[in-house]
Amino acid sequence: MIRRLIGAVLTLFAVSVITFLIFFGLPRLAGDSPVSLAARYTGKTADEATAVAMAHRLGFFDPIYVQYGRWAKAIFVGADYNAGAGIEHCSAPCFGYSFITHEAVWPDMISRLPVTLSLAVGAAILWLVAGIATGVLSALKRGSAFDRAAMGVALAGVSLPIFFTGLLALSIFSYKLGWTAPGSTYTPITQNPALWAYDLILPWVTLAFLYAAAYARLTRAGMLESMGEDYTRTARAKGLPEKTVVTKHGLRAALTPIMTIFGLDVGLLLGGAFLTETTFSLQGIGKFAVDAIPAHDLPKVMGVTMLATFFIIAANLIVDLMYSVIDPRVRLS
Amino acid sequence: MSTAHADRSGPHDVLLSVSGLQKHFPITTGLLRRQVGAVQAVDGLTFDVVRGKTMGLVGESGCGKTTTGRLLTRLLEPTGGRIEFDGHDITHMSQGRLRPLRKDMQMIFQDPFSSLNPRHTVGTIVGAPFRIQHVKTPHGIKRAVQDLLKLAGLNPEHYNRYPHEFSGGQRQRIGIARTLALNPKMIIADEPVSALDVSVQAQVVNLLEDLQAELGLTYVVIAHDLSVVRHISDDVAVMYLGKIVEMADRDSLYTHPRHPYTVSLLSAVPVPDPRRRDSAQRERVLLTGEVPSPIDPPSGCRFRTRCWKAQDICATEEPPLISKPGDIDSHLIACHFPVADDEKVAGRKAPASVV
Amino acid sequence: MTSVIRPTADGRSPRAFLEVRELCIHFPTEDGLVKSVDGLSYSLERGKTLGIVGESGSGKSVTSLAVLGLYNRNNAQMSGEIWVDGEEIVSASPETVRKLRGRKMAIIFQDPLSSMHPFYTVGDQIIEAYRVHNKVTKAVARKHAIDMLGRVAIPQPAKRVDDYPHQFSGGMRQRAMIAMAMSCDPELLIADEPTTALDVTVQAQILDLMRDLQREFNSALIIITHDLGVVAELADDVLVMYAGKAIEYGPAVEIFERPEHPYTWGLLASMPRLDRELSDRLIPIKGTPPSLINVPSGCAFHPRCSYAGLTNGASLNVVPELARGASHLVRCHLSVETRQQIWQREIKQELEGTA
Repeated sequence: MIRRLIGAVLTLFAVSVITFLIFFGLPRLAGDSPVSLAARYTGKTADEATAVAMAHRLGFFDPIYVQYGRWAKAIFVGADYNAGAGIEHCSAPCFGYSFITHEAVWPDMISRLPVTLSLAVGAAILWLVAGIATGVLSALKRGSAFDRAAMGVALAGVSLPIFFTGLLALSIFSYKLGWTAPGSTYTPITQNPALWAYDLILPWVTLAFLYAAAYARLTRAGMLESMGEDYTRTARAKGLPEKTVVTKHGLRAALTPIMTIFGLDVGLLLGGAFLTETTFSLQGIGKFAVDAIPAHDLPKVMGVTMLATFFIIAANLIVDLMYSVIDPRVRLS
Repeated sequence: MSTAHADRSGPHDVLLSVSGLQKHFPITTGLLRRQVGAVQAVDGLTFDVVRGKTMGLVGESGCGKTTTGRLLTRLLEPTGGRIEFDGHDITHMSQGRLRPLRKDMQMIFQDPFSSLNPRHTVGTIVGAPFRIQHVKTPHGIKRAVQDLLKLAGLNPEHYNRYPHEFSGGQRQRIGIARTLALNPKMIIADEPVSALDVSVQAQVVNLLEDLQAELGLTYVVIAHDLSVVRHISDDVAVMYLGKIVEMADRDSLYTHPRHPYTVSLLSAVPVPDPRRRDSAQRERVLLTGEVPSPIDPPSGCRFRTRCWKAQDICATEEPPLISKPGDIDSHLIACHFPVADDEKVAGRKAPASVV
Repeated sequence: MTSVIRPTADGRSPRAFLEVRELCIHFPTEDGLVKSVDGLSYSLERGKTLGIVGESGSGKSVTSLAVLGLYNRNNAQMSGEIWVDGEEIVSASPETVRKLRGRKMAIIFQDPLSSMHPFYTVGDQIIEAYRVHNKVTKAVARKHAIDMLGRVAIPQPAKRVDDYPHQFSGGMRQRAMIAMAMSCDPELLIADEPTTALDVTVQAQILDLMRDLQREFNSALIIITHDLGVVAELADDVLVMYAGKAIEYGPAVEIFERPEHPYTWGLLASMPRLDRELSDRLIPIKGTPPSLINVPSGCAFHPRCSYAGLTNGASLNVVPELARGASHLVRCHLSVETRQQIWQREIKQELEGTA
């Protein structure tokens, strides 16, 4: 366990270094000077002097490792910034200030988290229930019309990109029929739960469709395998009703790989459902990243990368722990 | 007396000599993978196999006989002891230097369903040794393979068929044909017939004996079926928890078993004679208790925790594998209180109370 | 896809505790119709043991699953009758049969590791088996589970009841399976190759246990195996199956001492036995067991029978009936006298061992 935690921390560190080098170091290697780099952030009507000032402000004249050290230190203890009019203190965890808006990255980023969280959790519950139910029924009725239809739909779900299905859904359900919200609106759950759900129902269903398809196929395969196992035969031989055999014996065994993949999928999703948030104009972490990257807003990019990495690593750890809980044959030493 | 075996080439023509063979698998724990113990799978085996004869290795699960088979063919490397094959010390030989020797030393595996690659034709499977060892054949590999298939009792016209088109017994024959490709001197057979139907087992056993007579092969047969071992072996070694507890020529072992474990093993085999059912049950020695773990074997004699004759000395002193007065020299026993011919041993046997 | 063919047995009430009449179980598959069981009839009383002997592809396992009602109209083409304690299984509704399953008749399988669910404790699985047929609280069921584990001689049952199947050794696991099967006091116990996967000393313990339990519960026991030694140990009557049919059926003593079918002769001759003199060669049955999709015409055994030529072509075309031979039922075209002659002249000596 300790080994895993140490590994996790090291991974976070490595990711931060690599990302930093890519975004802060590569441009320098490609020939940009600190001043020309800074010029990107001063707007079109800037002159040389403004660019130099900006370069100083953003610390581009320092060697790369000093820039990294400053950035890393700020995460742990905060930092003071010379904002022209005075000293501004940015408390830990401080991910710096946006190169473009000059606002603190961390609070901005965190404010987006509830959107992504709502989207991810809502869709996850939907796809888990729909996917598993479909998979179980398909497996039990293997070869039937239902099975073939379900797997066909699943194939479509897995193959169609989210921006296609999302835009299609928006145009039909939001614009033509007016049943659902037109996107870009979000109401926090604490404010108005009904409106919150109404705003998110279409993105939920669209995102869930994508994943449910994969889970249906996985569940079906797992069920076919577990229902053919010897212990299922024993369960029937004991006189158990078929429903119990399917759920308690068959499904329980088939769910193990599904649960672990579920953990990983949710972890990834929390790091930003880029395409979905963009399609539905939801201001989540994904949209945050999608806006920041083309704008070269490097502190934001660093912040979002670290957050996503954290979620993925945490998800991996939880999944490893879950495995030993679900399967008694695997116990973490 | 069996006459199905090759002539002796001389009383001391030993093809395989093993002494003090040991294989411990380490158990690690903690951050730095410290070794905290070891699975003592094989712990100090010493025996010789004479050219042209068959050595039977018998034991139950966990005794280490499969590991021994892997050690003899150097699929595993020993952690101690010595293996000498045909005059070469192969104990720690590198795989590169072993490769030419592997022509002479082949293995037949237990499961005919998983030991053949389902994607290869029979021709490819049996011909593979020629290609791997770059051996030239006088009329081409295909002809050589067909000759081998005939030798193993298969139809050479099935050259292009896949394993799944054959029955279990036929697949085992394919495995045997494969081992014969390079004219080996020794074949290690790990449970060669236990996965086969009874009526087919006899076919394969006969085939193995015929091949031994025809080609002068030396066998080491690893098995748990005592009746099959009795039929096919010249010498037999009984293993328990990584050690040999009794070793003798076949007749001495089966008519005068001396080690309590051998006695209970032989008495446990069900006899296909309903009339003798009651007397067989009365004469049976039923051991109680479980086989101890090879990670922490009992001190002294490893069998003492289940032995009805165990006494204090059995816990403190490991009995050496030697012959006892009154027995022939080649009958070796590792026991402080071997069973005498007229001793009454029947019934359920709880281990004697011992420290 | 599947249907019930009107039973050819006449539906009169049975006299024995278990009666199987003209049972046929066919499976339509892509490759053809698999005739696993093709006209099987036998009976068994409580307190008695029937040994069903056969090799792979004889249909022996399918019969046992059918007696439990696990094969029915929904998944197979079935005809015939199975009467268990006066109730007919084949024509009964699946729900009726389900209530009997586990309570009136129970089964233990060959591999206890794969036959028990790996994610639930042994105790939970026994409790589940008990509570499906008995309305009791979890606490009562748990106590019963501990009781049963003690009955099958598992040490420290109160502790082991919370262990998982993979934490038991092979023999202990099989005992746990037996405990699970016996938890509802079934009147019929079917053991499908219960000791094939076990070591011989453990096998002796398990067979002993099954004998004791049968006496205690006065249950009818069907033991299905390919091991003639095991059958001889336990069975009062023996039924030999080949290609889905019974080819010899009678008291165990008669089957072993005066077998009448060439297949049975072949089985007995091909086994090496500890209680007989060593023979030079084993006498195998030529060929391999037939596929159940392409059962040979006429007598299914004729391609492998050394005496098929003595039947004037009948064995090729006509399926022999199960009829009374010299002392018990045999399915063979040869006349009783011919068989007696062959037995006296050839087989008897072979079986009693050549010098």
